[in-house]
Amino acid sequence: MEFAELIRTGQAQAELLRGPEEPPLRGTLCITGHHLLLSPEPQATPDLWLLLLRNVDSIEKRVAGDSGTITLRCKDLRVLQLDIDGVEATLDIARSIEALSSLESVITSFPFFYRPKGLRLGDAWHFHPPECYYKRVARETNAWRLSEANEDFSLCPSYPRAVIVPRAVDDSALARSARFRQGGRFPVLSYYHAPSGTVLLRAGQPLTGPQKRRCSEDEELLRGVLAGARPGARGFIVDTRSPQAAKQARMTGGGTEAKAAYPGWKRLHRPLERGRPLQESFVHLVEACGDVEQSMDRWLNRLESCRWLSHVKETLSTACLAAQSMEQEGACVLVHGADGTDSTLLITSLAQLILDPLSRTMAGFQELIEREWIQAGHPFQLRCAHSAFSHARPKHEAPTFLLFLDCVWQLGRQFPLSLEFGEGMLLALFDHAYASPFGTFLCNNEKERCLCEVRTRTHSLWSGLSQPKEQRKLRNPLYVPNPLAIWPSAEPQSLRLWQGLFLRGTRPPEPSEVAWEKVWQIVTDQEKTEGSQPTDSASEPRP
Amino acid sequence: MEHIRTPKVENVRLVDRISSKKAALGTLYLTATHVIFVETAPDARKETWILHSQIATIEKQATTATGCPLLIRCKNFQLLQLVIPQERDCHDVYISLIRLARPVKYEELYCFSFNPKLDREEREQGWMLIDLSEEYKRMGLPNNYWQLSDMNREYRVCDSYPTELYVPKLATAHIIVGSSKFRSRRRFPALSYYYKDNHASICRSSQPLSGFSARCLEDEQMLQAIRKANPGSDFIYVVDTRPKLNAMANRAAGKGYENEDNYSNIKFQFIGIENIHVMRSSLQKMLEVCELKSPSMSDFLWGLENSGWLRHIKAIMDAGVFIAKAVSEEGASVLVHCSDGWDRTAQVCSVASLLVDPHYRTLQGFMVLIEKDWISFGHKFTHRYGNLDGDPREISPVIDQFLECVWQLMEQFPCAFEFNERFLIHIQHHIYSCQFGNFLCNSQKERQELKIQERTYSLWAYLWKNRADYLNPLFRADHSQTWGILHLPTAPCNFMFWNGMYNRFEKGLQPRQSVTDYLMAVKEETQQLEEELEALEERLEKIQKVQLNRTKVKSKQSEPSKHSGFSTSDNSTANTPQDYSGNVNSFPSRSPSQGDEDSALILTQDNLKSSDPDLSANSDQESGVEDLSCRSPSGGECAPGEDSGRDRDSDEAVFLAA
Repeated sequence: MEFAELIRTGQAQAELLRGPEEPPLRGTLCITGHHLLLSPEPQATPDLWLLLLRNVDSIEKRVAGDSGTITLRCKDLRVLQLDIDGVEATLDIARSIEALSSLESVITSFPFFYRPKGLRLGDAWHFHPPECYYKRVARETNAWRLSEANEDFSLCPSYPRAVIVPRAVDDSALARSARFRQGGRFPVLSYYHAPSGTVLLRAGQPLTGPQKRRCSEDEELLRGVLAGARPGARGFIVDTRSPQAAKQARMTGGGTEAKAAYPGWKRLHRPLERGRPLQESFVHLVEACGDVEQSMDRWLNRLESCRWLSHVKETLSTACLAAQSMEQEGACVLVHGADGTDSTLLITSLAQLILDPLSRTMAGFQELIEREWIQAGHPFQLRCAHSAFSHARPKHEAPTFLLFLDCVWQLGRQFPLSLEFGEGMLLALFDHAYASPFGTFLCNNEKERCLCEVRTRTHSLWSGLSQPKEQRKLRNPLYVPNPLAIWPSAEPQSLRLWQGLFLRGTRPPEPSEVAWEKVWQIVTDQEKTEGSQPTDSASEPRP
Repeated sequence: MEHIRTPKVENVRLVDRISSKKAALGTLYLTATHVIFVETAPDARKETWILHSQIATIEKQATTATGCPLLIRCKNFQLLQLVIPQERDCHDVYISLIRLARPVKYEELYCFSFNPKLDREEREQGWMLIDLSEEYKRMGLPNNYWQLSDMNREYRVCDSYPTELYVPKLATAHIIVGSSKFRSRRRFPALSYYYKDNHASICRSSQPLSGFSARCLEDEQMLQAIRKANPGSDFIYVVDTRPKLNAMANRAAGKGYENEDNYSNIKFQFIGIENIHVMRSSLQKMLEVCELKSPSMSDFLWGLENSGWLRHIKAIMDAGVFIAKAVSEEGASVLVHCSDGWDRTAQVCSVASLLVDPHYRTLQGFMVLIEKDWISFGHKFTHRYGNLDGDPREISPVIDQFLECVWQLMEQFPCAFEFNERFLIHIQHHIYSCQFGNFLCNSQKERQELKIQERTYSLWAYLWKNRADYLNPLFRADHSQTWGILHLPTAPCNFMFWNGMYNRFEKGLQPRQSVTDYLMAVKEETQQLEEELEALEERLEKIQKVQLNRTKVKSKQSEPSKHSGFSTSDNSTANTPQDYSGNVNSFPSRSPSQGDEDSALILTQDNLKSSDPDLSANSDQESGVEDLSCRSPSGGECAPGEDSGRDRDSDEAVFLAA
């Protein structure tokens, strides 16, 4: 594909404003197929400033006299202003950015061209498939097996090739259960909680329809789950919709598990927001955060009415409920909503962070995201097509993954020593989910990623993040392994606006960066001192 | 004591507010100074101590089948829900506490009976820790423009002002007296802060008695003198911190605000901070929100908005930012007043000083700031914080708001303050506790008459002694970002609800791990390791010197082959106990918890118990929090602390044997 036809102008002179208290940058502006570049004039910093065009969420142009101004609102919530010499140049650049930033084709996107120094294609792609997780489970229990029934994605296009299912259930039963579940998403293992021997499962809604259809294989599968746990084990089905919404879904062929059909399982409804209302909540919050002139009352009113923090609270408390059912009640938990690709993953991944110390390590967290979001078929391409500034009418966009990151941030705030990664990691994940030079968040599921050969033709974000120079930003120097479950408070008083993300556009980042540096300094000072050997240091200079 | 009707009630239940199912059974004691609840659980006799002076309200609720509930709300935001089996006992407790919580004379307050067993000298030293005349010297005063005035000697001009005040050199006695007669309660304009770098100053006063048209030549001259004391600017700002409507209403009562036409070269500015009554009811509303049982996010945010609390906090901050900018950026002096000039004016002057001068962001500087702008300038502590039985309409959380402003600043600038959140919380606690004499009375004059310094102890000395607990490990005195003037973003989305203060006794709502404590422990550990390292290096050097000398001497006498055998035996003699202990004494004992030996106040264990505000907490650690003690420096791992002597001994032995 040729981008040349979309680029209307080669270059222009421009001045760039990057937000509060950052000095403006003047130089030559250039557009390439994937980037906006500014090469500063000789006396300024020698560094080239670079913006991935895919990161542009909305563009606004204004011309006055013989110059123009372009305001770029980015998907990572930053706002940039370009003052460009020449009206024609301004309009040409604006049009080029508009065209290039909205390209939808995956295989012409930047990750397919990105070839950074020091990274090899194919690295870090094989770290985290379900097979690895299965090995961990198999060490603890024999009740589960790795099934390759979905080898060709025929059972479920949004599942990976291999999934973990009860040993007692054969592949043909899985196929029939898949036909009974939305999107073919039959119940699979998400997490095995070794201390209690209970499991966390996820699925799509059962297709009971108005006739209240049943599926004996699906029932057998869930029976098998309880039998595999321990004699007399109970289970909870956490439906992330309200009872009314679940009932209503029957009219369109969906529904929820009938009590009589699944003995031992008890259904709980915990309605979570999804889809367009969630996207609107995000948009309204970002809008409110951008208004620095409003009164306190207006701000609190908007913070309340956008409901973002309510969603954070509901999500956290539902995840706690799922985790508590497993750890304290010794019950198995199945989570699903309608599709099982959004709020379901939110709950299963958060419950694991609460319960599983391994998932709170740097590697474990990456593995969790790979397994519970990417491989589990969260449609990143659709959900993250636009961020909060886009004027395009939202179709499939929803900040589900951002809601997850916000909840993790809240966990980290309440347990600042228990996560091995810091706020920088969460911010990086948010940035990369919306626009990235890496292939990790491309496409909507494994099947699509295989078709596009993402794994062989792009670099993995995880290898990008494992670069030594990134570590100070991403790691939490305060981390102390905590073998216990971490139970957060989901009371409103304990939750906060994630300022580090939502106020990115309006607040200078320095104070918190300075603090982060200091934390690192204190901790590394200690490590240095601990590591030093009095004998060596004292005797070395001596003859 | 005659007010205690029943000293002890058994089988009382303390209800947990978060999960009302849980209740601890125990015994309630009333003493002369405290309400004490002791749990009868066999494993841990957990104690909850409440000072009588902390009690804000006591509410007797309708008797139920299980007993008679008694709700005690404290000024430090603790909430105690007790269920007493017998109605009669409950009534007795209620009546006793009503009286105990509202003493009628100063002598009943805790500070007059609180005795940390210090001798007279130590107590006096404690009071001398914070010295305002030193502070004015630090500002660069007196100088060519400002002088110490003795006009208020024996409180002759203004009885709510201190005796030592700085005024412009040009302000003659005649001008001062004239101006004071034209100001509410004779609180004439005096210096609060002087900015050395550009000669701009922050002055404070009360409102002028201008009514609709009155003028006062001396007052006009006074303002002119303030302007002339700053050669860098040809005007001064006059900031009235009240809403315009309130100020105008005051004119009808013969008070009001400066008319720009009458004063030469002033720029007049209103900044709408509401009065003490609005603030009192705002806090009330916010605390009701905090008391809600598992509220939804909307309930909470709506309640927070409706209380107006954060709006008021922002108004105070905005005023502080305005003044800080005027002084530091425009180089213009500012005269601040409200009505009487002892509430809003104190808030605003101290916030502005904090923004401008990094010294006030240090531990000692902050104590000085409170001493100067609040205590010495006659903030009415006894009235505002209800220490004695009095008019409830005088009570208002004025200094609480200031402390919150500081906290909001700390959140925005994590490295700019030498002290941590706990410092603010403990100051708040002691403003109400009446355990120390600092915050007693309504003016310096009253304090002097009551001989506070001879009869009570100073909080500042106590806080200073325990300063290790109050340090912010992230403080960076060296950084330009944090050491200069703080440029505060004041958009409303930067302000937060202060959960750590208003819900501080609800441990379940607080973060379960503390970054501050962890980092302080790490720092302390590092320091101790460094000291050990240093000591070992020193010793090694000594030994090697000795060894070298001996070798030199020896090598002259005998063959080099004997060298090794000799030196090893010599090593053991070098490691004599005397030598070692001498070495130990030469280590500077820098462990901050031990304090400076000279100025240290030694409190007994008993006194510490009642004076530590956190110990009165009803701690509730049910969550899966890993015990941090294993990381703390006194824990096993690196084993410094008291055992360090012995450890060092054995370490050394091993090292020398090697």
